[in-house]
Amino acid sequence: MNRFFKKHLGVFVTVGPTVLWLGIFLLIPLAYVILMTVLTKNAYGGMDFIFTLENYRNLFANEYLKVFGDSIWLSLQTTVICLVVGYPFAYILANAPKRWKGFLVMLLMLPFWTNSLIRTYGWNTLLRTEGILNHFLQGVGLIDQPLEMLYTDGAVLLGMVYALLPFTVLPLYTSIEKLDKSLLEAGSDLGASRVHVFTRIIFPLTMPGIFAGSIQTFIPSLGFFFISDMMGGAKTMYIGNLIKNQFLSARNWPFGAALSIVLIVITLILMKLYTRVGSLEDMA
Amino acid sequence: MEKREGQGIIRLTEVDKSFDDEKVVKKLNLDVREGEFLTMLGPSGCGKTTTLRMIAGFEQPDSGEILLEGRNVAGKKPNERNVNTVFQNYALFPHMNVFDNIAFGLVEKKVKKDEIRTRVQEMIKLVKLDGMEKRMPSQMSGGQKQRVGIARALVNRPKVLLLDEPLGALDLKLRKQMQGELKHLQRRLGITFIYVTHDQEEALTMSDRIAVMNNGILEQVGTPEEVYNHPETKFVADFIGESNILEGYVEHVYEDAIGVTMESGKARIPETGYNSEEMVYLCVRPENLKIDARSHEGFSLRGQVREHIFIGSINKTMIELPNGQMLKAETPAEDELVPVGTVVNIYWNPGKVVVMRTKEEMIYNIIERSVQIEGMPNEPIF
Ligand SMILES: Nc1ncnc2c1ncn2[C@@H]1O[C@H](COP(=O)(O)OP(=O)(O)OP(=O)(O)O)[C@@H](O)[C@H]1O
Ligand SMILES: [Mg+2]
Repeated sequence: MNRFFKKHLGVFVTVGPTVLWLGIFLLIPLAYVILMTVLTKNAYGGMDFIFTLENYRNLFANEYLKVFGDSIWLSLQTTVICLVVGYPFAYILANAPKRWKGFLVMLLMLPFWTNSLIRTYGWNTLLRTEGILNHFLQGVGLIDQPLEMLYTDGAVLLGMVYALLPFTVLPLYTSIEKLDKSLLEAGSDLGASRVHVFTRIIFPLTMPGIFAGSIQTFIPSLGFFFISDMMGGAKTMYIGNLIKNQFLSARNWPFGAALSIVLIVITLILMKLYTRVGSLEDMA
Repeated sequence: MEKREGQGIIRLTEVDKSFDDEKVVKKLNLDVREGEFLTMLGPSGCGKTTTLRMIAGFEQPDSGEILLEGRNVAGKKPNERNVNTVFQNYALFPHMNVFDNIAFGLVEKKVKKDEIRTRVQEMIKLVKLDGMEKRMPSQMSGGQKQRVGIARALVNRPKVLLLDEPLGALDLKLRKQMQGELKHLQRRLGITFIYVTHDQEEALTMSDRIAVMNNGILEQVGTPEEVYNHPETKFVADFIGESNILEGYVEHVYEDAIGVTMESGKARIPETGYNSEEMVYLCVRPENLKIDARSHEGFSLRGQVREHIFIGSINKTMIELPNGQMLKAETPAEDELVPVGTVVNIYWNPGKVVVMRTKEEMIYNIIERSVQIEGMPNEPIF
């Protein structure tokens, strides 16, 4: 035993802490969540150890299917807008002069260093009926009555795009930056206009970046409950809110756990797709 | 700009180009004739690629003008110029197969589908890539990729094809083979080639004319025979083939010859048009430099045999002059060798020397000094 330990000391020292970390903070909680999904909630907000599949069956109730539908729709919209806004952004970033690049990327990362809750509050002060934007518009006489901007679906979408844009831009930036500039010259040399250089060369070659950007935006967007809470006034329910409510207000932990598992499974499927495309990209 | 008759297909006039205050191309004048194979030859960093990129339209000259078929192309984008480029790194589109790569330019020109098909197939046959239409660039060897690059450019039937060290990445054998094929292609299609290389042998074997470039300046433009046998500058003599270059000054001007005095000896050269006291370089190719125990008329130049080096079919003899300069002489390998250490007379056939004017240089102050080396007879040379 002692000899075995000595022989594998290196393994214990290097891999050991990681395994321990993952075990304590990921596997055990995950196992607990999975276990929860088959328990029965009791009247006091706790759980009884009675096996049931009721929680999974409940997922298919119309009201919950609508929540899933709304969430996926919102995430899709967010992703598409992030791509459309983020692509030119990433392109400019990737083609900026060398000495500017670092600075610009830092600007992009800057929001990550402040709490996203606080940043979302920032939008509140801006968009409220008696907020800065309305004051300004009334001040210059463009409108008489303050606009209802906050607590609309549009506001939620705006908040989502704002929060997730860096997740889209970074992979796009990486793949545009990697692009061999001589390919663009070759295209132009062979008679392609700027537009065609983009559609026939740049766009297809940055497809992996577009895909990575989409997935890296889509996945977190499914779980961003606080944005719809704060900017949508919780008018429309999304998966994130639903899960939060099950745990905190409805005190139905088993159902909340089942919802979480659905979210995890969606994420895993997307991650799998993502790595598949990643390896395709390496082949090219 | 009106079209002038009789001028080349490409004309560069007084073209200047700088990058970050560093002059990379200086006052370049070059005429390229229709249908010729012109090679731009020069050491790394001399501005060959930059010149080519200005012709293609990837860079704009700071001043001077570039005419394509008599028309000034200032401000015209690469896609508006009737030239195509073969890139050194191939620059094939990695997301397209061989067929689509070659068809790229034709699709841009909105050529009809079936015409594209026939023209691409024709090209594929021409560059011997039959059956590889569906391959992706990542599945091909360097030589094959290079062929695709050439086909992709040629299929557009450009007036001028620009090739930037297209064979640079290939191994020696493949390179030799591709050199032959390229030359053959060029002859057959009659397209003007501007070919960039820093390999002088490649330049000598393939070109109709060679433009030798150094430090952003065009040193000489001429046929391979001209630049090899009649280099106009010391740089050209040195860069193209091997050369022995001797510095000296004209001491005597005879009716049909000049007497040149060097640091290590004297030679009489059948050239006219030089003035007394003028500084000159004498350039003699190793295969023309001879050594002999006898003295030869018109020469008083002696040196000591230092080393023999066998290079396959030839033998290279290194001879040291009294001032320490090493000269190279090449003889057929089967010739008898002069033993190392022998003091010999150096001479050449009168027609086999090239005389070049030089700027006033440092020779004067040392020219009167006679130099002694071990084993040399102790007699004054001058
Ligand atoms: N985009 C650029 N920015 C700054 N300097 C450049 C740029 N392109 C070329 N240079 C400089 O210009 C000089 C000439 O470069 P060029 O590429 O024309 O040389 P070359 O003759 O093609 O050399 P090689 O045989 O190594 O390819 C070099 O000193 C190079 O550093
Ligand atoms: Mg170059």
